Amino acid sequence: MYDTPILEKPVDQKDIKFAARGVQVYYGDNHAIKDVDVDLEDKTVTAFIGPSGCGKSTFLRCLNRMNDTIDVCRVEGDIQLDGEDIYDKRVDPVQLRAKVGMVFQKPNPFPKSIYDNVAYGPRIHGLAGNKAELDEIVEKSLRRAAIWGEVKDRLDAPGTGLSGGQQQRLCIARAVATEPEVLLMDEPCSALDPIATAQVEELIDELRENYSVVIVTHSMQQAARVSQKTAFFHLGNLVEFGETSHIFTNPTDERTESYITGRIG
Amino acid sequence: MPALWLVVIALALATLGFFLGRPRALATGGGDIRALHSRPAYYGWNVALSSLVPAMGVLLIWMLVQSFVVNSTVAADFPAQAVPEDQTLSLVMSDVGRVAAGIDLAVRRGVISETDAQNLQVGGSNIRDLLAQVGKPLASDVIEPVLTAAQEYRALASTGNTLRGVAVLGVALLGFGFAFLRTNSTFRARNVVESGIRTLLVLAACLAVLTTLGIVLSLVFNTIEFFKIYPASEFFLSLTWAPSFGGGSELGIAPLLWGTFYISIIALAVAVPIGLFSAIYLSEYATPKVRALAKPLIEVLAGIPTIVYGLFALLTVGPLLVSVFGDDGVGIMQAGTAVMTAGLVMGIMLIPFVSSLSDDIINAVPQAMRDGSFGLGATKSETIRQVILPAALPGIVGAILLAASRAIGETMIVVLGAGAAARLSLNPFDAMTTVTAKIVSQLTGDADFASPEALVAFALGMTLFVITLGLNVLALYIVRKYREQYE
Ligand SMILES: Nc1ncnc2c1ncn2[C@@H]1O[C@H](COP(=O)(O)OP(=O)(O)OP(=O)(O)O)[C@@H](O)[C@H]1O
Ligand SMILES: [Mg+2]
Repeated sequence: MYDTPILEKPVDQKDIKFAARGVQVYYGDNHAIKDVDVDLEDKTVTAFIGPSGCGKSTFLRCLNRMNDTIDVCRVEGDIQLDGEDIYDKRVDPVQLRAKVGMVFQKPNPFPKSIYDNVAYGPRIHGLAGNKAELDEIVEKSLRRAAIWGEVKDRLDAPGTGLSGGQQQRLCIARAVATEPEVLLMDEPCSALDPIATAQVEELIDELRENYSVVIVTHSMQQAARVSQKTAFFHLGNLVEFGETSHIFTNPTDERTESYITGRIG
Repeated sequence: MPALWLVVIALALATLGFFLGRPRALATGGGDIRALHSRPAYYGWNVALSSLVPAMGVLLIWMLVQSFVVNSTVAADFPAQAVPEDQTLSLVMSDVGRVAAGIDLAVRRGVISETDAQNLQVGGSNIRDLLAQVGKPLASDVIEPVLTAAQEYRALASTGNTLRGVAVLGVALLGFGFAFLRTNSTFRARNVVESGIRTLLVLAACLAVLTTLGIVLSLVFNTIEFFKIYPASEFFLSLTWAPSFGGGSELGIAPLLWGTFYISIIALAVAVPIGLFSAIYLSEYATPKVRALAKPLIEVLAGIPTIVYGLFALLTVGPLLVSVFGDDGVGIMQAGTAVMTAGLVMGIMLIPFVSSLSDDIINAVPQAMRDGSFGLGATKSETIRQVILPAALPGIVGAILLAASRAIGETMIVVLGAGAAARLSLNPFDAMTTVTAKIVSQLTGDADFASPEALVAFALGMTLFVITLGLNVLALYIVRKYREQYE
């Protein structure tokens, strides 16, 4: 992104990190996201919930322009990050993605060693001055992703040789290592046991102090536990968005109520 | 009875079996399909296959064995002193075979009667004329022992053919009867047909393997033959290649291997970067439209026969290089035929090969790898260099090794582009030659087939075979290892 002076604001008043207006996404003729308006706050965890195929991942991918890599995908509308339109021609998607990190729905470790997987981002962006610093970043990231204990003795083993849940946490570590301002997590705990899930949730809580986090989840409990804001998607529409406590105790829309009580999905 | 007739009869029997087996199965099941173990068609197929397959097997084996047995019996009876001095028994035996076949043909055409044929005398009618009449000309007059042997050959073959007919038809009928009688509602026809089909497939696979084995063995035997009359140490260690058909030739493989190696290296130096870069462009950067246009165009290049590339080398690239590096220019190139000419053209030939293999391999790297890298803020070229190429590297190395074995085996471009001089030189603008080109020239002369000058071709072929086999095995090993990478 090109540089613009960011206005200083009091810390307690939360800034709007992402502001989306009238976002439409098409996959060829398939209208996957229909006219979504949403404001995502800084230093906040926002949960995206909704039935399978409703467009949660699609909307998430709009936020760091990962949809650019899909030929048939077309995004319309206006999405601003810190007041700048991220779909503006002058914006370099590569720099945007360095700021807006992503953990994918399917774990996708590179066919490299565990160490190189985590060091990949820091190396590309030159975050470490020397080997010792890089080691430190790798260890810290793996610890934050709650996988350090399992892999510290085999950092040279291929990342693809880990179990599904370990791969998922490795991908979280990989994303955290580049220190993004916003972290988009697409079902990061889908393959994790309760202990690892709790550790990842702890990480999310910790990240919230400095960054904003968007998490897609199919677990209502998880959404209620980790998020301050919740967005409910249904068939490509953003049906309801608001305080998590409000959505789960007192939903306005009856579709939201049916979904969180388990009647549609 | 001719083999063709046997095949036709067995086929007819099989067809009959198919149409008889079905209703019989239905009848034993009381007309109710559900009472049968298998669907009715399987009973038909069972009878048909039982009649046909064993009979055809017997026919095939019989034909192979009979010619061998007849040949060796006749050869054993042939008086040793009757072999002319300048010939060998095997040469005489091929004459015997020709005479026998010629007489058979004459009888079949009605040129002479069967009794006349059996009473043919060397002195009497002119056998040579008779055979020429039916299109089997002979090099010399037929001598008495050859005629006797040919008659014995005919007699044995005709007895053999009669027995063959009996055996084949017998087996067909037996198979038919056996399968037909077994047909009843509880018979597991489906399983039998299933295993029959499996056997057929196994046989086909065996045939392919056996053919390979046969080729290798014939190479090995001839190579051994060569090393009996020419020392292996000379062959591998001598630095000169100077065959002279009068004898006393030096047959060192080193200059030929050097030429092969040098030309292949130049070819790969051209083909690998260009092929790989075009593959990367096509799979990572090109829009679908460009890709749809460019990919088939590159593959057309792969369909051009190598002789056309050879002409291109001879008529275009060679003269072009001479005009730059020849006496008018740099002055290090004597003529258009040179290692550089052949290497460049061979490189062009290999570009589509490297590019389309690499393209497939790069495309096989899952999109999730690219997404992962882009998602961390990597650029396209960083992603290619650090994620895609490392993931695809083993496969690409495999592709390069396959290209290398094609370069090593290439002949036509060398013959037309690199000349025929076996030479150990470092100058890429010198004419040199390769192993394959020399194999051709050693076998397309008037040389005696038993001389070292001709037999050396087999040793050369064997060496080449071992080298390319090694490369292919290496390539396969690497490609296979690569498959497990991103699972
Ligand atoms: N690459 C693609 N090409 C074409 N259509 C797509 C693609 N990805 C998603 N879609 C379509 O877009 C719609 C939304 O998909 P999306 O992946 O966003 O759903 P989701 O809410 O993430 O579902 P889940 O909870 O199952 O992950 C679906 O109808 C899907 O078929
Ligand atoms: Mg999804």
